Amino acid sequence: MYQHTRLTNNNFTFFQKFRNFDYILLICILLLGFISLTTMYSTDGGKILFHTKSHFTKLMVFTIMMLFISFINIKFWFSIGYLSYIVVVSLLVWTYFFGITSSGSKRWMDLYFINLQPSELMKIFIILCLAKYFHRMKLENVNSVYTILTSLIIILLPMGLVIVQPDLGTSVLIAVSGIAVLWFAGINHKYFIYTMLGFVISLPFVIAFLKPYQKLRVLTFLNPDKDPLGAGYQIIQSKIAVGSGGIFGKGFLKGTQSYLEFLPEKHTDFIFTLFSEEFGFVGSVVLLVIYIIIIYRIIAIGANSRSYFAKLFCYGFGAAIFVFITINMSMVLGLLPIVGSPLPIMSYGGSSMLATMIGFGIVMSARVHSQQLIA
Amino acid sequence: MINSSSDNVKKLNSINRRMFITGSLKFFIMVGIISRLFFLQVKENKKYLTLSDKNRIREWKLAPVRGEFHDYFGNVIAGNFEAYQLHVIPEQVENFKYVIYRLKDLLELSDTEFKKVLKKKKESKPWETLIVSNNLSWEKFSKINNHLYDLNGVKPVISISRNYPFNENFTHIIGYVSQANEQDIENTELIKKNFVPGLKVGKIGLEKSFEEKLIGTNDIERYEVNAYGRRISQLEFQKGKKGQTLKLTVDTEIQKLANELLKDKAGSICVMDIFTGEVIAMHSSPSFDPNLFVFGISQDNWQIIRNDPMKPLLNKTLQGRYSPGSTLKPIVALSALENGIINTKFTVRCTGKTELYDQTYHCWKKEGHGYVSLRNAMKMSCDTYFYEIARKLGVDKLSETAKKFGLGKKVFDNLFEIEKDGLIPNTQWKKNALGKGWLLGETIITGIGQGYIQTTPIQLCLMTAQIANGGYKIYPKILIDDKDKIKPSDYYTPLYKDSRNIKIIQDAMFGSTNEVMGTSYRSRIDNPKYQFAGKTGTAQVKKITERERELDLKTSEIPYEQRDHALYIAYGPYVNPRYALSIVVEHGGNGSTTAAPMAKRLFKLIIDRHEIRQSINQKKYLEI
Repeated sequence: MYQHTRLTNNNFTFFQKFRNFDYILLICILLLGFISLTTMYSTDGGKILFHTKSHFTKLMVFTIMMLFISFINIKFWFSIGYLSYIVVVSLLVWTYFFGITSSGSKRWMDLYFINLQPSELMKIFIILCLAKYFHRMKLENVNSVYTILTSLIIILLPMGLVIVQPDLGTSVLIAVSGIAVLWFAGINHKYFIYTMLGFVISLPFVIAFLKPYQKLRVLTFLNPDKDPLGAGYQIIQSKIAVGSGGIFGKGFLKGTQSYLEFLPEKHTDFIFTLFSEEFGFVGSVVLLVIYIIIIYRIIAIGANSRSYFAKLFCYGFGAAIFVFITINMSMVLGLLPIVGSPLPIMSYGGSSMLATMIGFGIVMSARVHSQQLIA
Repeated sequence: MINSSSDNVKKLNSINRRMFITGSLKFFIMVGIISRLFFLQVKENKKYLTLSDKNRIREWKLAPVRGEFHDYFGNVIAGNFEAYQLHVIPEQVENFKYVIYRLKDLLELSDTEFKKVLKKKKESKPWETLIVSNNLSWEKFSKINNHLYDLNGVKPVISISRNYPFNENFTHIIGYVSQANEQDIENTELIKKNFVPGLKVGKIGLEKSFEEKLIGTNDIERYEVNAYGRRISQLEFQKGKKGQTLKLTVDTEIQKLANELLKDKAGSICVMDIFTGEVIAMHSSPSFDPNLFVFGISQDNWQIIRNDPMKPLLNKTLQGRYSPGSTLKPIVALSALENGIINTKFTVRCTGKTELYDQTYHCWKKEGHGYVSLRNAMKMSCDTYFYEIARKLGVDKLSETAKKFGLGKKVFDNLFEIEKDGLIPNTQWKKNALGKGWLLGETIITGIGQGYIQTTPIQLCLMTAQIANGGYKIYPKILIDDKDKIKPSDYYTPLYKDSRNIKIIQDAMFGSTNEVMGTSYRSRIDNPKYQFAGKTGTAQVKKITERERELDLKTSEIPYEQRDHALYIAYGPYVNPRYALSIVVEHGGNGSTTAAPMAKRLFKLIIDRHEIRQSINQKKYLEI
């Protein structure tokens, strides 16, 4: 019984919380932050200019925020699961009506000190929301029609709001985050298989309904050399940059593809291309290993958590991060069509980093409060 | 509680199982991404490295420096000069409008020129060089240099361009260069390879024939450029090779004299070394200044040249087809001797005209020459005599000899693409070309170089040279290092059956020039050093009617286009001959009064220059 009392002891001291930190995860995140900062420095042409400064500020603020989050009991994050989801959904609605339009889509809301992209936050808060939803549910109820319908609505609502922005890439990533939780929650795998089959069968029809520019992206992915200076330009130049990097890369600040401005979007979606050009195969694998360690630690934290909510969140978040990374890399390596998807932490962009750091913070909180039971 | 905890266990089992499935899936995806990275960065690295270099490195070719032409003595007759140009890079100009109008004032550009510049600017990118003026005078160039302080972005540039220092003297040999057009680029691989905007290539003459030797190779600048094509830094400068310098066999002094002699006349002079076949001078008059074409000829100048009735664009030496007139007589006589038709003692009585085949054929001398032998017939150019031997000889045998001595076919093969064959008629030719049988009357007039027969001045010169050298074949050349085309076995191939026949002809030509009653006696030089032998010719351009024959008009009384062409062929010095020449003066009237005196002046200079020419030759051997 002694053990039981110790385990249920909720009075963590500050010092204990510090001890419970996952330092491997923390170091990896800081390392990633450092790498992203140097890469950003390189995109600025080897000078400390706007992007580097801004990225540095965000990195500092959000890392501190992450540490702050980790000190807050996991119970708190459980309790705001639905609320945060509703808040972000309302932000998306707000964006739909009053958002800032830039390059043809309405994704941002003006918060005066920062332009927030609520769809990025949704990637995290949908996990939180669904984790809470499935936390108390009995396994036999998980596959009930009511549950499935509810969870589908939870996923489809923000998806729809993001698609109309329009931002297909982010909406797909939101769906992936949500589906990952459904998967871990134990929804019968035949549903997943049927959905997959249905998706593959309906793919041609979906393509038929895509907007012309989206259709072009898909066609370009299938044959980038068809229009090398137009639609195929990004992917061809990205492959040239990565390929010309070789084993050890062209060297820091020596990536000709990015310096001479052949690379598009080098600050955001194509940042991995620049990194890969300058640091080569070895550097890219090192970066991948850092990401793998991060994901591994997230899963390990989930596995060691006593509460089902924390487990579900960590597994879901780990899977989501994994998907974000692989989709971004596959895209710049020419394995997937170009969809707007940032590389977590590495890419320039406040909202994406904010969301990722909140995720890390909650995971860290789960670690710090791993013995916390949630009724 | 038990219920709930067993449910928890089930839930945990489920989530862990699924975590395991997800984990394996992740593993495979990661392997996929890493192998993709490996494929791109390690396996295909070379390919992408090349592509990346292709992206970032761009070459700029600069116009190659063209090879020069030198005369026999090493004087530059087509060279390069530094052209003063004005370049503007619009991007570097703060106020383009101001600068361009300021330049318009300073350079005194006409409105059309100014519009051209503005049009060019519109068509090019702002960082591309705009050539405002490509050949400024020194005065304007220095004026611009003085005003540079308020012409930001204007660059005075010295660039290399073609220059012909002897103006019209060599135009018909060398030709000229001008901007390459699409045809030039398409037809010549090397032009395509070396092409840069503004590249000048040979349009005609040797400039065109030897384009591939002259053109040289580009200087190449390699720059790193960004995605928008802007130069970032220079990586390399590769110096090109200057085109080959070509040495010609011509003597500028003699060429200049030829030009002077034919001033205001239409015609041709060519001089040849009778042993080596080297062309000493070759001039066609009137000529024009090739420098006019280098930067594009103005419409006015072009119209003047094009509409000149004396046809300066025609190279009369190679393209002009003339009836040889009496200058053919040495060949007619030689042919008759060679074929055994006549001997030196054969005599004909000339009464001024002769009736053959119901036609009257006139001798140029109304009173007739009386009884003439071969030597006197040549000396006095008696037509009756040659009517008679031509009749006996027949046109086929005559044409055989004429062709053997170089008439009726191109002298320089394909060196000058404009060169014409001329025409040596025979019975077969007439049947093929005109579908009619040969008339005997046509043989008669062919005997005095009239009728169908057409020769170019260079052919006449070659013929004379081959008679002068004792009847041996030579291969005319104008380029010094042009040996490779001639097989050594071809040297000194005799063209005669009996060398004595050649001697007879030479002697007759000597008489024609140096003895009383000879047609060119008045142009003789008595000093044996300069003494030459020749044959006059007067070619009718139209048939003389009976009425005109009675009128017997003086040359000056006949309209220009109807006057006879004056011809003269000669070689000298008579003892140990070395040079042969042919002179044609279009509508010059009479060979003995118009053409032969030119030979006198030419031979004086040619022989004087001979020693200098020899000394150069010796130097050449010494150097080896």
